[in-house]
Amino acid sequence: MATVTMPQLGESVTEGTILAWLKQPGDVVRLDDPLCEIETEKVTAELPSQFEGTMGAILVQQGETVAVGAPLCEVEEGAVEGKAAPVAAAGGWSGGPMAIPPEERELPAAPAAAAVGTTEIVRPRQAAATMRNAATGNGRSGGPEDRTRFYSPAVMRLAEEHHVDLAAIEGTGIGGRVTRKDVEAVLAGGGAPPAAPAPAQQEKAGMPSAAAPVEPIAGTAAALPPAVRGAPDSPWEAVTFSATRRTIAENLKRSNLEAPQAWTMVEADVTGLVRLRERDKERFLREEGVELTLLPYFTAAVCESLREFPMLNARWEGDELRRYHALDIGIAVAAEQGLVVPVVHGAGDLSVAGLAKRIADVAQRAHARKLRVEDIEGGTFTVNNTGSFGSIASKPIVNYPQVGIVTMERAVRRPVVRDDDAISVRWMMNVCLSFDHRALDGLAAGGFLAALKRRLEAIA
Amino acid sequence: MAQASVIEAIRSTLDEELAADERMFILGEDVEAGGVFRATDGLAAKYPGRIIDSPLAESSIIGLSIGAAHYGMRPVAEIQFADFIHSGFDQLCSEASRWCYRTKGDAYLPMVVRTPWGGGVHGGQHHSQSIEAYYTHMPGLKVIAPAFPADYRSLLKAAIADPNPVLFLEHKRTYRMVRQELEGAPAESVIGRARVTRRGGDLAIFAYGLMLHESLAAAESLAGEGIECTVVDLLTLLPLDRETILEAAKATGKVLIVHEDTLTGGLGGEIAALIAEHAFEYLDAPIRRVAAPDIPAMPYHHAMESFFMPDAAKIAAAARELAAY
Repeated sequence: MATVTMPQLGESVTEGTILAWLKQPGDVVRLDDPLCEIETEKVTAELPSQFEGTMGAILVQQGETVAVGAPLCEVEEGAVEGKAAPVAAAGGWSGGPMAIPPEERELPAAPAAAAVGTTEIVRPRQAAATMRNAATGNGRSGGPEDRTRFYSPAVMRLAEEHHVDLAAIEGTGIGGRVTRKDVEAVLAGGGAPPAAPAPAQQEKAGMPSAAAPVEPIAGTAAALPPAVRGAPDSPWEAVTFSATRRTIAENLKRSNLEAPQAWTMVEADVTGLVRLRERDKERFLREEGVELTLLPYFTAAVCESLREFPMLNARWEGDELRRYHALDIGIAVAAEQGLVVPVVHGAGDLSVAGLAKRIADVAQRAHARKLRVEDIEGGTFTVNNTGSFGSIASKPIVNYPQVGIVTMERAVRRPVVRDDDAISVRWMMNVCLSFDHRALDGLAAGGFLAALKRRLEAIA
Repeated sequence: MAQASVIEAIRSTLDEELAADERMFILGEDVEAGGVFRATDGLAAKYPGRIIDSPLAESSIIGLSIGAAHYGMRPVAEIQFADFIHSGFDQLCSEASRWCYRTKGDAYLPMVVRTPWGGGVHGGQHHSQSIEAYYTHMPGLKVIAPAFPADYRSLLKAAIADPNPVLFLEHKRTYRMVRQELEGAPAESVIGRARVTRRGGDLAIFAYGLMLHESLAAAESLAGEGIECTVVDLLTLLPLDRETILEAAKATGKVLIVHEDTLTGGLGGEIAALIAEHAFEYLDAPIRRVAAPDIPAMPYHHAMESFFMPDAAKIAAAARELAAY
């Protein structure tokens, strides 16, 4: 009987929540069949099986949150349908999410009992040996007895003293564990794998990314209804936070505690932009395959303005503020499970059409809970389309460790006094900026907003 | 010089010490006739009046020794089987071991209690027990348990010369099992020092008495499998040689402690704690113990005795797991 454990989905992730079981006890389980859906504070992913056989007991119920490494369920190993599939061929569960689209799932056709009848049971000793081979073979097995990520005090001490990257060492110990002698062999061989990236880079890679600039709108219930405690006649009910919700809360709190935030707003006449979009949207959908909204135009204008005011395209790393050359723009998405901020990397290099496609892609995947870890990491500035909620002014919270966040409010038609004293009906949009006042002053912030306004108004 | 067994080394050492110091005498059951293991064979004739038969009362043997030591004598008491020493527990622990402390170091109590311990001789529950853990809990006492004849000799001399009470444990199974050329053999003459008897980089085994020999046999067979063990002969159980223990633990990162005594409350727990406390960052595997099961006494029947006692095969099995960890 093999035990499936909670994998580590990304650095610094310590626990995960079972969103749904996709296999039930007795079901036939093939290699890489998704067993369950897991939500962590960073991503949601399906857990592919490393074993073949029959689904055994479910040890963690839907909605429960357990630590990385905790046993989730059991799989009675054995070849399915007479086919002696090698268990050791399990693909590396690399610690990254491996979402399998629902349509690709292979569902068991035969009833469980029949399948069991044709199952060749692997003897425990054999199974253990196979598991061990699998574990040492790919070095990253998430299966039971996997000790590739357990480091003894001796190993930790050696790695620290000699700056050895333990993840790069193939362990020879039980369950693929890296032993003291493995580390010493690497040291003796002189071929020490490069040490872990510098702390700053690490922080960027492992940043808490699902920061929420604004609260999700009321009524967007999490996909999993929060567990409710309390007696049936209780006048109150306690809300259990999902991992995503907890991370949002944590990041918001941190941002508010650490960063003195200032807020400012300009209004832009986006009549030209609205007309341009009206004119182009049908052709765009036809030619590009995605809906054209105001957001990609806005994001493009933000990118150009950030080039003019690079001090806003920055991140706190350690005690240091780093200005980034690349424009990796976070786009706040109010997904059902909570607010996530997928990052459009290299947004500054993209055209409006390119941005439209990329934004549509990450937004769609955010809603489908199919974001990969790299999709939500490393943003340097955040754009939030609060206008989609109907808002005309909002005060976003800086997406720590970034230093600035800008909102695109709802474009509304208003009578406006124009330069020639004439009053005309124009499409007006407010643009709000929250910024970390430690990093920059109102001069730069105001300059950035003015530049953005100028660009938005120039579009025709 | 011919090879000497453990019992021969003890007898010749007692002989030499009796000759060297007139204050020394031997007190115990049947010692005049040479004792059940023949440790005092021939000594009564050679040293008339200094090899004294006692009543079958261990409490009085130890009590009389304390009194004699107070009066300037150098008693070397023999408890016929360690299994029976506990009736003298109060004399040894509450009185003898505390004398120096009680007098703020003004007075000493030079006395040795020799006793055969351990199993593997079909001695059943009254002639096979390991008693060391009761006494290693007693600060003020020294507890010695050698494995090789040369160490028996040098440490018995050191025990007799020591100004405070020493419990000298002689593993009865080794009395005639282990022989050694005494001249030139490594011999520890300082109480409180352990010795590394074999060096290997894969794991460290800590043992004493008969189990030291079983551990060496296990290490030998493991070497054939490519597993190299360090084997430490603890020699003195109280006080423990922390330096040598920690050094061996740090050098290998994997620790196997072996004793014939039952597991719970055995000396292995103390050694494990010592290592966990002072060498934690060097550990590469959980500390393992191979010990007798928690059963009230060593059984008599051969099969049962084998089940109860750790041996080379059990030690090697644990060592293999540890090496593979």
